[in-house]
Amino acid sequence: MVDFGGWDMPVEYSGLIAEHMAVRTGVGVFDVSHMGDIQLRGPGSLGAVQHISMNDAARLQAGQAQYSAMLYPEGTFVDDIIVHKFSENDYLFVINAGTREKDYEWVRAQARGFDCHVSDYSDYYTQLAIQGPRAQETLQKLTNVDLSKVKFYWFTWGTVCGLPNTLIARTGYTGEDGFEIYIPSDEATSERVWNEVMAAGAEFGILPCGLGARNTLRLEAALSLYGHEISESINVFEAGLDRFCKLEKGAFLGSSALQGVLDAGGPTRKLVGLEVVERGIARDGYRVMDLSGNAIGSVTSGSPAPFLKKNIALAYVPRSFAEVGTEVAVEIRNSPVKAVVVPLPFYKKPKKATQS
Amino acid sequence: MAYPANYRYTREHEWIDVNGKAATVGITEHAQDSLGDIVFVELPKVGDKVEKGKVFGSVESVKAVSDLYAPATGTVTAINEELTTTPEKINADAHTAWIMKIELSDPSEIDALLTAADYETYTKEETGH
Repeated sequence: MVDFGGWDMPVEYSGLIAEHMAVRTGVGVFDVSHMGDIQLRGPGSLGAVQHISMNDAARLQAGQAQYSAMLYPEGTFVDDIIVHKFSENDYLFVINAGTREKDYEWVRAQARGFDCHVSDYSDYYTQLAIQGPRAQETLQKLTNVDLSKVKFYWFTWGTVCGLPNTLIARTGYTGEDGFEIYIPSDEATSERVWNEVMAAGAEFGILPCGLGARNTLRLEAALSLYGHEISESINVFEAGLDRFCKLEKGAFLGSSALQGVLDAGGPTRKLVGLEVVERGIARDGYRVMDLSGNAIGSVTSGSPAPFLKKNIALAYVPRSFAEVGTEVAVEIRNSPVKAVVVPLPFYKKPKKATQS
Repeated sequence: MAYPANYRYTREHEWIDVNGKAATVGITEHAQDSLGDIVFVELPKVGDKVEKGKVFGSVESVKAVSDLYAPATGTVTAINEELTTTPEKINADAHTAWIMKIELSDPSEIDALLTAADYETYTKEETGH
């Protein structure tokens, strides 16, 4: 056996499956400090945010966040982001690690002409994600904020582990309830908070989680990963992110190209969910074929799904193969293995009566 | 975990336990530890010819797929069917959870494989610990 994959960050701590299950059934904590933070401030900040991102930030209230994306004029992805509205003239983009430099340059360049100051705060924060059905109970022990009042995709500031004015957002990348906190990035503070979170979650079986579980969790929830489901050569409608793209808000970067896609009858390929129904695991990059063996697309992310206990994949296929129930084949080690198009997301968190 | 001194090892992280012309093959503790939770094992078929250094199957963890390379040339006489339903047995004890048994074509091929001590040194060099 050779090549175990080249990751720089912990892929797993105690074991990927255990970590994944902790987040689905209890609580897990991720160090996601590699995420970037770009702040846009000034009287022109809303104008800049509206121009640069595809969702409608005018609908946000202070303290609210939204999933969005930055697009090239072609309607393809610079990156997906979470836009946080701090106040009328103050917004924060949380961006991906791998695209940080590119994103920052892009935002700076595109914000020119708006009365708005762009700053990269990525190195100032350690970002911890506390995720899972017991995340609220875990974090509640460490903060004075009443977390039950923070709705999904809202945020607030409060004292966490004795650190005042800590940003606490009810966001995540796991398909589960949870919080992301932004604390000063010095090592002593980061380590202290990490340890306090671990102690607070001990009674719920908290586990530290690595990039491996982060990937399988987001895949079960069918959340896009840059370089896989979204990229500079994939447009919004292909990626199925229509509901986060508000063409009606007025012109923005990528909007006219996307209108053109709609006018031409919509995208020709679509991102679909596949469940492998024969024995085999579909992996990133594997070929998707029709049942006659003709190549029709490729897998963007594929893995065993630890909670669902199925082999699942996200893949691009022509629109004629995108209907739920369509049978296709994934080429696994030179053999066609049957898969079927299933509804997305693969996993949806159970509704809680106590939470709105 | 100690590497059994009576086994021989490949640089691709398989072990082989030889008894005359009969040999048993599995993957090492180092391999299972690097792979993580193993969820799938692709076994050869009884009667298959395997060739030293060539792929005879694969193991997959949640995060990765890895080919299995035959430590020696021979004919498959048995496969561990149990791994089809419980591949995690490799994680639990890699050095007893065998993958296949083969009849060796040329037992002298084994002499070129790593000893337990050599393999341990090799894994330490490879991982930089």
